[in-house]
Amino acid sequence: MLEIENLTVSVEGKVVLENINLEIERGETRMLFGENGSGKTSLLMAIMGLGNYKVESGQIRFKGEDITDLPPYERAKRGIGIMFQRPPTIRGLKLKEMLELIENNGESPEELARKLNLSEFLERDVNMGFSGGELKKAELLQLIAQNPDLVLLDEPESGVDLVNISLIGTAIRELLQKDLHKSRMKGGLIITHSGYILDYVEADKGCVLVNKTIWCTGNPHEILQGIRERGYQACLTCQK
Amino acid sequence: MSDLSEIKKKAEEAKEKPATYGPDIDLERYTTEAPEHDEKELSEIEIVDRQKLLNAGVDISGKDRSGTFIQVDSSVIHSAPSQEGIEVIPTRRALEIYPWLEDYLWKVVQVNTDKYTARAELEFQNGYFIRALPGVKSIFPVQACLYLKSENINQNIHNIIIAEENSELDIINGCANESPEAGGLHIGISEFYIRKGAKITFSMIHNWTETTAVRPRSGIRIEENGVFVNNYVCMHPVESLQLFPTAFLVGKGATARFSSILLAEKGVYFDVGSKAILSAPEARCEMVSRALSTGGTVIARGSMVGEVPDIKGHLECRGMILKGEGRIHSIPELDARAEGVDMSHEAAVGKIAREEIEYLMARGLTEEEAVATIVRGFMRVDIEGLPPILKEQIDRAIEIADKSLL
Ligand SMILES: Nc1ncnc2c1ncn2[C@@H]1O[C@H](COP(=O)(O)OP(=O)(O)OP(=O)(O)O)[C@@H](O)[C@H]1O
Ligand SMILES: [Mg+2]
Repeated sequence: MLEIENLTVSVEGKVVLENINLEIERGETRMLFGENGSGKTSLLMAIMGLGNYKVESGQIRFKGEDITDLPPYERAKRGIGIMFQRPPTIRGLKLKEMLELIENNGESPEELARKLNLSEFLERDVNMGFSGGELKKAELLQLIAQNPDLVLLDEPESGVDLVNISLIGTAIRELLQKDLHKSRMKGGLIITHSGYILDYVEADKGCVLVNKTIWCTGNPHEILQGIRERGYQACLTCQK
Repeated sequence: MSDLSEIKKKAEEAKEKPATYGPDIDLERYTTEAPEHDEKELSEIEIVDRQKLLNAGVDISGKDRSGTFIQVDSSVIHSAPSQEGIEVIPTRRALEIYPWLEDYLWKVVQVNTDKYTARAELEFQNGYFIRALPGVKSIFPVQACLYLKSENINQNIHNIIIAEENSELDIINGCANESPEAGGLHIGISEFYIRKGAKITFSMIHNWTETTAVRPRSGIRIEENGVFVNNYVCMHPVESLQLFPTAFLVGKGATARFSSILLAEKGVYFDVGSKAILSAPEARCEMVSRALSTGGTVIARGSMVGEVPDIKGHLECRGMILKGEGRIHSIPELDARAEGVDMSHEAAVGKIAREEIEYLMARGLTEEEAVATIVRGFMRVDIEGLPPILKEQIDRAIEIADKSLL
C-alpha cells in the first residue's frame, strides 16, 4: 500500500533522512523505533507531505500512485492520516468544529468523543491548553473521524496514563481493523519508544531508524528486546 | 450660563490644534453646506442606501429595535423611540426640552482636545440624545445611523447617552456613506453617562469607503456598579480613521469592556484604541482587539491607568498580517499609580502560522479552506450584544483574506 524508495529528506537545509526504503502492505501494522532525534517524526511528516520536510530525492507511492509531490490534503483525501507528535493550537476553532470539517462517514462529533471520553473537550479550542495525554486522545479522535487507510501514529502512548492507554489502545485496534484478518484493509506505521502500545496492538513487523536510515526489519518484540539489551547502534552491526 | 461662552472660547483656541494621534486632516477640504432634509416615517425614507445601512447593523424597517435615529449629512430625518421609558431625540431639540442637558455637554470629552472637537462645537449640526429612564431595560437595541451623502461633506455630530440608575440600554450605532466618489469627513462626539447599576452596550459598526475620513471622540463616565460594553467593528475601507474613546470608572465596581475587530485592506489607515482610567475600588476593565491586515495599516492602542488599589485590568491585542506590505503596530500601555493594582497585557502580532495551515491540510482541508478556518478562528471574539450582521462581515473579511493569498 505504501512504498518508499530511496527517499532522502532535508529539514531547514539539513539532511535528516537518507536513502529510506520502506514498504507497508495492506493490512500490515509496522512499528518504528529509533533514538531521539533519529528522524522518525520527519519520516511521518514526509509521508504526509508537510512543507518543512523537503524530499531531495526518491519516491513515495501510495496505492500504486506516486504522491511525492502532492500537497497534504490530496494525500489525506487518498487515505493517509497522521497523529502529530506536537500538534499546534488552533485558536477560535472548537474541537467539535474541527471534527465537522473533517470528511467522515457521518458519525457525529458527540458520538466520536464519547468513545474516547472527550465529550467535555468538544467546546474547547483545538489543542488549547490540552494536557499531554489529552492531546494524544484529541489527535486520535480526529483520526477516527477521518478513518484513513494508512494510519501514521507518532508515539501514541507517550504521556498517557494507565487507564487511558487501554482506551487509546482499543481505539487504535479498531482503527486498524485488528479484529479482521484476511479482509483487513488498513495499514499502520506506529512510532514507539517503550513498545507499551504492543500490549494492545499487535504489530507484524518492526524496524529501526539509525544514522538517518532504516535497519533491522523483523519481529517487533525481538527488535525491542535487542534495543533494550544492546542499544540502537547495535542495529548497525546486526543486519538481521 | 457663562459656561457656554467659555466653551466657545476654548473651541476657538483649539481650532488649529492637531490631534495627538492619527494623520492630520485639512478641514478646508470639506464643506458643512448640504441640502436640508425633512423628518420622515421609516417607511417613507428613500434617500439612504438601505443595504449599506443593513451592513452597518441598521435596519430601516425598525423591526426588532427599541428606537431609531437617522441623520443624513446635517439633517435628522428620523428620531423616535418605540419603547416606553426610552428617549431618542435629536440633540438640538433635547437641549430645548431639557435645559439641564447643557450640563452634560463637553464634560467627558474636552472641547479643546483637538481641532476636531473644536470643529464639532463651532460647526455643530446635530446628533442624538438617547436615554433610558431609571430601571428601564431596552427590549431591543436602539439603532442610530449617521450617514454621509453630499460631496465632501463634513458631518459634525454631538451625542449624549444617559442610562439612568439600574437601567439597561443597548445601542447599535451604524455609520455609512453613500459612495466613494462623495468623500467626506465625519466628526462624532459621544458622551456617555452610566448611573449606578446601569448598563450600556454600544456596538459601533463602520461601513465607510476609501475616501472617508473619520474622527470620533468619545468619553464614558461609569458610576457605582455601572457597566459599559463597547464593541467596534470596521471591516470596510476608510481613508483614515482615528478613535480613542476614554472611559472614566469613577464608581465602586464600575466595569468597562472594549472589543474591536478590524480589517485593513490595502491603502487603509486605522489608528484605533481605547483608554480607561480606573479610579474607584473594584473597578474592572478589559480590552480585546483583533486586527487583520491585507495590506493596510493598523495602529492598535490600549491604555489603562490604575489610580487606586484593588482594581483589575486586562488588555489583549492580536494582529495578523496576510500580505507583505501590511502593518500592525500594537501599543499597549499600563500605568499603575497605587499598590494592589492588577493590570496585565497580552499582545501578539504576526503572520498566519504555516504549521497551523498544514495541520489542517493534513486533515483534508485545502490550503484556502485551512487559511479561512484559521482566520475565522482568529477573528472570533466572544462579543456580547453584537447584531448577527457581524458574522456576515467577518465572513466577508475571510473572503478578502482568501483572495489576497492566491
Ligand atoms: N524544523 C526543524 N528545524 C531544524 N531541525 C529540525 C527541524 N525538524 C526536525 N529537525 C531535526 O531533525 C532531526 C530529526 O528530528 P525528528 O523530529 O524527526 O526526530 P525523532 O526521531 O522524531 O525524535 P524523537 O524521538 O525525539 O521524537 C533532529 O535532529 C531535529 O532536531
Ligand atoms: Mg518524534
